[in-house]
Amino acid sequence: MAKVSMTVNGQNVTRDVEPRTLLVEFLRQHLDLTGTHVGCDTSQCGACVVHLDGRSVKACTMLAVQCEGAKVMTIEGLAQNGELHPMQAAFREHHGLQCGFCTPGMIMSAIDLVQHNPSPSEDEIRHWLEGNLCRCTGYHNIVKAIKAGAASMGG
Amino acid sequence: MVASVLGVPSHAVTVDCRRMGGAFGGKETQANLFACLAAVVAKRTGRAAKLRPDRDDDMLITGKRHDFVVDYQVGFDGAGRICGTAMTFAARCGFSADLSGPVTDRALFHADNCYYYEAALLASLPCRTNTVSNTAFRGFGGPQGMLAGERVIEEIAFALGRDPLDVRKLNFYGTAERNITPYHQTIEDNVGLALVEQLEAQSDYRARRAAIREANRTSPIIKRGIALTPVKFGISFTATFYNQAGALVHVYTDGSIHLNHGGTEMGQGLYVKVAQVVAEEFQVDLARVRITATTTGKVPNTSATAASSGSDLNGMAALAAARTIKHRLIDFAAEHWGVPRDQVVFLPGRVRVGNQEIPFPELIRAAYMARISLSSTGYYRTPDIHWDRAAGRGRPFYYYAFGAAVSEVAIDTLTGESKVLRVDILHDVGRSLNPAIDRGQIEGGFVQGMGWLTSEELWWDEAGRLKTHAPSTYKIPACSDRPAIFNVELFEGAPNREATIYRSKAVGEPPLMLAISVLHALSDAIASVADYRLCPRLDPPATPEKILTTIERLRGLVDGQAAEAAE
Repeated sequence: MAKVSMTVNGQNVTRDVEPRTLLVEFLRQHLDLTGTHVGCDTSQCGACVVHLDGRSVKACTMLAVQCEGAKVMTIEGLAQNGELHPMQAAFREHHGLQCGFCTPGMIMSAIDLVQHNPSPSEDEIRHWLEGNLCRCTGYHNIVKAIKAGAASMGG
Repeated sequence: MVASVLGVPSHAVTVDCRRMGGAFGGKETQANLFACLAAVVAKRTGRAAKLRPDRDDDMLITGKRHDFVVDYQVGFDGAGRICGTAMTFAARCGFSADLSGPVTDRALFHADNCYYYEAALLASLPCRTNTVSNTAFRGFGGPQGMLAGERVIEEIAFALGRDPLDVRKLNFYGTAERNITPYHQTIEDNVGLALVEQLEAQSDYRARRAAIREANRTSPIIKRGIALTPVKFGISFTATFYNQAGALVHVYTDGSIHLNHGGTEMGQGLYVKVAQVVAEEFQVDLARVRITATTTGKVPNTSATAASSGSDLNGMAALAAARTIKHRLIDFAAEHWGVPRDQVVFLPGRVRVGNQEIPFPELIRAAYMARISLSSTGYYRTPDIHWDRAAGRGRPFYYYAFGAAVSEVAIDTLTGESKVLRVDILHDVGRSLNPAIDRGQIEGGFVQGMGWLTSEELWWDEAGRLKTHAPSTYKIPACSDRPAIFNVELFEGAPNREATIYRSKAVGEPPLMLAISVLHALSDAIASVADYRLCPRLDPPATPEKILTTIERLRGLVDGQAAEAAE
């Protein structure tokens, strides 16, 4: 077993884990943060995207022990004082989801995009989302939601 | 299944389903295996058991959409009118029957798509194979049947040198005559041709087609193509007994409402639609209605949430439950306040009783104090449907949903790569229960169909191993595949002629088949390399390899003809 400590959604956590534990398993099974989903297990679909020190990563491709001392943000950490994050609100308002399985990853990816490119063009959004698959929506409303979310994040 | 594996009666097993991540058919029967395994573990160990297969295992173990080989023959007159057709549909069913019977039936039911076959001989050939057991997938055989029908149209168009759209319109089902399907159901609600003509005009199909042909002349490598294809999809389970549903509604003394029904939520918006029905019936805000997880403990013996019928069936069952309570409330109010029943009217958030208006929660409280039951079940079965499979006759479908799409594509004739440039869709949802949800189904269904027909390929190696068993190799559409121009409109002014829930129409499966226009647009682009004289016979999925080999085949045929002419 290995001891690992990190900050998740602003809280310090320390757990003893098997060294092979993936970050996504750590979040879902050890911390009960099941908002981060596992879609494909192989870094293709993006359902497991979280933020590591402010940048989006696929949590199924990192070991928990690699995140020692890091700041991790998951979908559960976005809402503040019961208020949805502007990107979450935009997905809801623009019907940017159907079954919702891909949504946590989509939102985490989108926020990373907007933090580095405050007003992305439609082409930039489409290109950025190459690593996030959605089976339900056809992406139409996801792109719309991200545009609106970027605008309300102050872009 | 779980009860039979555990050897216990059904009452000992309760299935709860709060919601599913996208289903599209794969969870109709193929979750049984995992449910049963988990149940056995739970029973043996006495502990809770959860089973989550790795995605690769899941894709190897579970069945997919049936692939078909279709043989077709068609006789037609000089104008392109179909006189008779014979088609055989051989389907890869896999090692077990699963749903292959009804899937291959539905392929036959949709081999006509929107077209009148004066004489038709349609046969299915369900083949048992040593591959995974294929299963339901959005459209349930219908899309495969429709593809064959559309290929026949394309063959006629090329044989006569006509625009395929003209051949389509010529063969469209009529409204008063030429309106009987090969299975002897009369089409009573045909809005298809009107819809197609509206789309043809608003998408500027004719002018764009001419411009594309002109542009292709001077574009040596990149060729564009365009096609308009219609959809007619029969709504109801073809196994008539499935067309039933139950619901349970409780009104609590504070005026809040608890709703439960037999349909499962998988992203299609069913819970919202059915909650809307109950809110509308009581004239209360949607927030007052709480819909709870689907469970066999509240509504038993439920049909699959499938065949696009979730809202049709469960919406009506919930309506029946709400109406029962509402009638009790009306009887109570009439008696309690001494007014005739017709003077009790439900208004938004309140009820007018004679000359006074009473807030909804107050009425409920008063009814409770007077010992009126505030809970009811509701039940619905689709009327007027019947099907005699042995005779091949009946009225299996309560009604039809229509739609049409125009797709414009570009192909690279050196690499076979393709891109969908623009899509215009006009789709019939009757009087929509929720236009935002319906548009979402249309957009998503189209893109999913586009993936099915272009990039999603199952590929087995010589040892019979599926090599496309993960998103890395089995390519579903990504965000950048979505058409750059994507105009989606609901067909206005056509409420369902049948008395469905608020005259709406089912919308789950039909839009998938709008993507057949992509395949035909690709075919149109490919045909340009042979000066539009040869039918490309492009089989899906139209992967770059398939497009390239089709181009090479056509060029070979052209060269062969030229050599023959030179001799």
